Amino acid sequence: MDELDRKIINVLQDGFPLVEEPYSEVALQLGINESDLLSRLAMLLKDKTLTRFGPMYDAEKLGGAFSLVAIKVPEKEFDKVTEIVNSYDEVAHNYHRDHEFNMWYVLATETPKKIAEINSDIERRSGLKVFNMPKLDEYYIGLKLTA
Amino acid sequence: MMTKVLLKQHDFIIDNIDNQIIRATQSGLPLVPRPYHEVAEKLGLSVNDVISRMQAMQNNGIIRRIAAVPNHYALGYKGNGMSVWDVPAERVNELGKKVGALEFVSHCYHRPRFLPEWPYNLFAMVHAHNKDEALLLVDNIAALLGEFDRGHDVLFSKRILKKTGMRLIS
Repeated sequence: MDELDRKIINVLQDGFPLVEEPYSEVALQLGINESDLLSRLAMLLKDKTLTRFGPMYDAEKLGGAFSLVAIKVPEKEFDKVTEIVNSYDEVAHNYHRDHEFNMWYVLATETPKKIAEINSDIERRSGLKVFNMPKLDEYYIGLKLTA
Repeated sequence: MMTKVLLKQHDFIIDNIDNQIIRATQSGLPLVPRPYHEVAEKLGLSVNDVISRMQAMQNNGIIRRIAAVPNHYALGYKGNGMSVWDVPAERVNELGKKVGALEFVSHCYHRPRFLPEWPYNLFAMVHAHNKDEALLLVDNIAALLGEFDRGHDVLFSKRILKKTGMRLIS
């Protein structure tokens, strides 16, 4: 990643225009060619420096439901429980964290009812208690990471 | 089929065409000089329809923004900690807003406690270049909360077990 890649990432975190030739407009702002911008962007996505590029939809406004869920998994059962949790398409993320509550997953479902169903399914299959921690309120500002 | 979406201020209706646009763009915008034309052609719409509907969705907050999302680790942000705080319930909104406004906090949420095992009701994700730097940021939050910090912890991720793009509608 060089200086130009960093500039591209910083500029594109701010937003992207809704015009007929948006890449051309952003390229002009960066002082480069549209084709250079497109090829660099393709590379940044391919090597996973960027995880996404496009519209960020607010899934809750589209009627979806989300929750963050934690489980205290005994170390010797960790792989087995990982397999159970990861088997659901509705589990979008799952992280191993350094804590007694060591497994944290995010459920994204079409309805709130489905959150409860999957959690009780996971409890039944793993034999462990799940701690469902949906957000009650959001204090969202949004972070820009300087590349 | 019409989907009624409830917003805080007013109701906003997204129709079947909006749904098609969402479906066509939720995994990303095409990397071609005229990306909205490509979406329009695929759906049999005019480019003006695509742009104006996306603009309306952006105005209504259905689209938070159109942008690039970097991978924290790839940019050198390797100290990503989930800080969790036990603060008085009657103060959580006021304190959450203060913590959420800190520049190094990306997400800040009020979540339920599970007493006695889990006393924490405020979550704030901090992003730093390493763990030590992240712990200093957590100290800053503690100083900001002062007497209302009745206990806190920081959970660092050891391993990503799964990470997929969220499918919004299919």
